[in-house]
Amino acid sequence: MTIGLHHYLALSALLFAIGFGGVLLRKNTLVLFMSLELMLIASTLGLVAFSRFNGTPDGNVFVLFILAIAAVEVAVGLAIIVALFRRRGTVMVDELNALKH
Amino acid sequence: MAELIFYFFAALTAGGALGVVLNRNTVAAALCLLLSLMGLAGLFVLLDAYLLAALLLLVYAGAVAALFLFVVMLLDMQGGAKRTPGWLNLGASAIGFAVLLAGVAATLARAHLPEPVVTAAPSFGFSLKYYAAQLFTTYLLPVQIIGFLLLIAMLGVIVISKKPREEQTPPASP
Repeated sequence: MTIGLHHYLALSALLFAIGFGGVLLRKNTLVLFMSLELMLIASTLGLVAFSRFNGTPDGNVFVLFILAIAAVEVAVGLAIIVALFRRRGTVMVDELNALKH
Repeated sequence: MAELIFYFFAALTAGGALGVVLNRNTVAAALCLLLSLMGLAGLFVLLDAYLLAALLLLVYAGAVAALFLFVVMLLDMQGGAKRTPGWLNLGASAIGFAVLLAGVAATLARAHLPEPVVTAAPSFGFSLKYYAAQLFTTYLLPVQIIGFLLLIAMLGVIVISKKPREEQTPPASP
């Protein structure tokens, strides 16, 4: 039994679901952000698999752009988290409830 | 043999992802993210995307995971706030996980995906030359936009992470 497109797509879906569950489960903003990254790389795995099995390399070029966007996103997001920690003294989501009241 | 290698890397990727989500320790979670990324780079090599595998290791494992570790150490929040998530959180995340997975599994089961073409990698593609030609012809505008985005993000990070200036009139101490 050869490894086909199904296997890669199933793994991609599993990664995305794990990341999604992590976003819902965790309270720490940093771990939440790592779960977002997991969802992003799950999508890149799907793109690369489709590109390989269709024989069109355009998906790989898209992944190149996704990597650049991810680097930008991580830099800005971590800067925001650090600024948040300086101002509020915590990074736990359930203590950042200023909009709740 | 190829199946074994695929399952090894897939287990590495999924196990690392689970470690990110389930680990209590933030540093250990960041290291699990690193492990997951290495598994993903192996999968990219299996998919003949060698350049992307190298870039993934350089950009993600080299820069992003290291940045996460730096921020964890900068914030220095080890030890504090190790509470167990509430039942609402657990239920919501479990249901979200299950629904997402079931939806994709149902789609995959019904979809008529083409049989895997067991051809070799196309000779034209997946090479550095092909990427360069694509980036400088078809995708020239997105490359420019990405460049501006990187510049803007750099400026934004500097502005955001700057220490807030002292107030001109310090508030009267009570």
